[in-house]
Amino acid sequence: MTTPDDNAHDPTRQELLSFHVGTQEYSIDIISVREIRSWTEATPLPHAPPYVRGVINLRGTVLPIIDLAKRLGIAAGEKNDRNVIVVVQSGDDTVGLLVDAVSDIFAVSEAELQAPPDMSSDGSLKCVRALTIHEERMLRVLDLAAVLPNVDAEAA
Amino acid sequence: MSNDPMAEIRASFFIECEELLESLQDGLTAMDDGDTDSETINVCFRAVHSIKGGAGAFGLEDLVRFAHRFETVMDEIRNGRLEPTRDTIALFFRGADVLYDIVRASRDGESLDTATTEAVLGDLEALVGGVIEEEEAEEEIDFAPMTLSLDPIDDDSGDAPVEGTPPGLLIRFHPAAELFSSGNEPRHMLAALRDLGEITTTCDLSKLPALADLAPEEGAIGWEVSIATNAKKEEAAEVFEFVDGLCELSIEATGTPFAGLPDLDSPAFDNIVIPGTVDDGEAPETAAGEESEPDPEPEPVAATPAPPPEAAPTPAAKPAPAPVAKPQAAAPSGGKDAKQAAGGAKATVRVDLDRIERLVNLVGELVINQAMLSQSVAEAGIPANSAVSSGLEEFLQLTRDIQESVMMIRAQPVKSLFQRMSRIVRESSAMVGKSVRFITDGEQTEIDKTVIERLADPLTHMVRNAVDHGLETTEGRIAAGKPADGVVTLTAAHKSGRVVLEIKDDGGGINREVVKAKAEEKGLIPPGVPMSDQEIDNLLFLPGFSTAKEVSDLSGRGVGMDVVRSSIQALGGRVTITSEPGIGTTFSISLPLTLAVLDGMVVEAGGEILVVPLGSISETLTLQASDMEQLGAGTQLVRIREEFVPILDMAEKLGFRSPLASYEGSSVLLIAMEDNTRSALVVDRIVEQRQVVIKGLQESYGRIPGIAAATILGNGRIALILDPADLIASAGSSRTMQALDLAG
Repeated sequence: MTTPDDNAHDPTRQELLSFHVGTQEYSIDIISVREIRSWTEATPLPHAPPYVRGVINLRGTVLPIIDLAKRLGIAAGEKNDRNVIVVVQSGDDTVGLLVDAVSDIFAVSEAELQAPPDMSSDGSLKCVRALTIHEERMLRVLDLAAVLPNVDAEAA
Repeated sequence: MSNDPMAEIRASFFIECEELLESLQDGLTAMDDGDTDSETINVCFRAVHSIKGGAGAFGLEDLVRFAHRFETVMDEIRNGRLEPTRDTIALFFRGADVLYDIVRASRDGESLDTATTEAVLGDLEALVGGVIEEEEAEEEIDFAPMTLSLDPIDDDSGDAPVEGTPPGLLIRFHPAAELFSSGNEPRHMLAALRDLGEITTTCDLSKLPALADLAPEEGAIGWEVSIATNAKKEEAAEVFEFVDGLCELSIEATGTPFAGLPDLDSPAFDNIVIPGTVDDGEAPETAAGEESEPDPEPEPVAATPAPPPEAAPTPAAKPAPAPVAKPQAAAPSGGKDAKQAAGGAKATVRVDLDRIERLVNLVGELVINQAMLSQSVAEAGIPANSAVSSGLEEFLQLTRDIQESVMMIRAQPVKSLFQRMSRIVRESSAMVGKSVRFITDGEQTEIDKTVIERLADPLTHMVRNAVDHGLETTEGRIAAGKPADGVVTLTAAHKSGRVVLEIKDDGGGINREVVKAKAEEKGLIPPGVPMSDQEIDNLLFLPGFSTAKEVSDLSGRGVGMDVVRSSIQALGGRVTITSEPGIGTTFSISLPLTLAVLDGMVVEAGGEILVVPLGSISETLTLQASDMEQLGAGTQLVRIREEFVPILDMAEKLGFRSPLASYEGSSVLLIAMEDNTRSALVVDRIVEQRQVVIKGLQESYGRIPGIAAATILGNGRIALILDPADLIASAGSSRTMQALDLAG
């Protein structure tokens, strides 16, 4: 864990929240995280893409849930009670990301991030903004806007 | 002026303008219907006058300029010098439209196309036979709270005859502070008195306090006017009817001993300093810095051309506290001005819509919470006759009451919408050169505000269509033996929990041959297929359909009835057409009362809980093998009395499961469609009937075919609200298409 004081020196420093999806570890900018809640059964939506698990009631609002493993096309881990929904906001959209477990919060500076390899054949890679190393593990930093489905366009 | 307190005042001025414009419309409509009594005319005049007054305060010169001329012409009618003919009233309607545009433009800081303004001004001036002079006062004063007309045209354009030198009248007039704060102007009244005969005015300064005690907004001076006239007291009293209660007034026939002034110790005179608008330089009270001498101003009124005020206060001489120039910043002493400004409307409170939204959301939460509580109580096995259960029952009742009251806050009469439509009719009929009478009914019918707002566009389109395509040309009407004036009727009414709007024209009806030929030509339907009248009428709703032979100025801009239909469907509404050749066409829009709650039937389909709007269900039944018939490969029908109705599996249509081999024993909901056809929706079971709070899906996720919205159940889970008509339509394409498939 990093204390906020460390960030003061480097303006490009950002805090990331990391979590497990299957066997891989991903992270997102913590600024976009609204809350983390335990898994509740979602109401499925008809004609939705497979990675949309449905909608849940988040204190009176309808929150769409995206199964991040399905979205990234990787095998999800076992379902257990550590499965959580990370409620994120990107622009005007608020959605829940279903992940296997939240692991850590840490800070990196922009210099520590490296661009992912250009593997355009793998569609899921467009969701990854950068790679970084944290405690000798490779961490994938997600591009949230790319993860969120453009539902309006798909529905139209 | 944008980021200071003035901005707020300015904003409320524009809200006020909307109300005034509405009462102007009302008044004009009443006049159009033949009600030309003085009160009606006064309402119109007052509305324009108040707009002018407020506009002056904010330096909105375009608005002042137009309103002033408009008002001047109205004044002619008020004084009986101009006949309120139909043409005149039509011109007034145009004037009101222009006024509306200028108000809008002023509010949004936009520039306005002056061509229309000038045209209407020209027509207005032609009516009174001459150029109406501009006002001059506003240029001199940076912040002139109320700019008032100083021009003498009222007086020049038709002096009342002065006959001999009969007894005459003596008028004592002492304005109270409210008179000024409500935008009235003694000078006008004195000038108006001049119409009665030759007047002699003296200023009454007896109540003028010492400079140190002087409160700038109070009415410190009065006037004594003697008129050489044979006019009755009542005629003079008319001049003051706008300021009834806002001044001390006595009118006496000359010769009688002069009675003392009425008690001037009224609160208004004594201790209320109204931080309100005061009149321009001419009102001596404003000139706080120049008080050492009594203002002799009223005198010049007696002379024929009234000169501009000689003692106009400079900005420096303004009263120190920034005057609250809100015309309706009602004097704290009472509701008189407020009443006057609002045309005697009911007492109302303006509330920010956001606050209401929040309340509505909270009540929605309360309803959900109450449902959850009921469920927990039931699950806990508490007997129904316990105190908890009866308390819960009361809670339920209260929740419903609160919900209804909150919904009523948002409900608004459709009147404003209808007024907008009357303008559309005026403009579009002028554009296509048809003479159209517009009749409205049920304008007090209330609908949720958001529905009203979102109805404006589709309704505009339909009203234009009615004028442009619905009605025949004037020649065509005369040839058909109809009155030359076409009639477009717009009505609103509550019908069984929904609001039904109808747009009716008395035109030639839908020319079904043309419609069909057009649809065939456009490849929307295969040629040569027999179709019922209703099916042909519904072709109008197909995307890409437009019957206008040429694209007219009005409609036919590529926005078709399909857009109208989808925007009404987005509101949970339906559109239907009925048309009779030679008689006319009627479009009916049926809408839910509110977008926030819904009476629904909770059902289970494919293991999921869904809500079906109760209004769309005409019947529920259990399928019996003896009633079911197979048709072709995949279609099953159920026989209900003498009718065969197709069976649709709700869960399958929503993609929750694959079709079952047999639906025997299943529960079905009989759904009545707008075109009177029915479908049977199969569900696993019917759970209950209940009221649900509608939660939009559109914003958070997007549109899902067959699904109208979502709601939250008693267990906290989300259930989807079905749009049965959409589901059925998307399931088998439209019925017309089905028929065509079979035929082709």
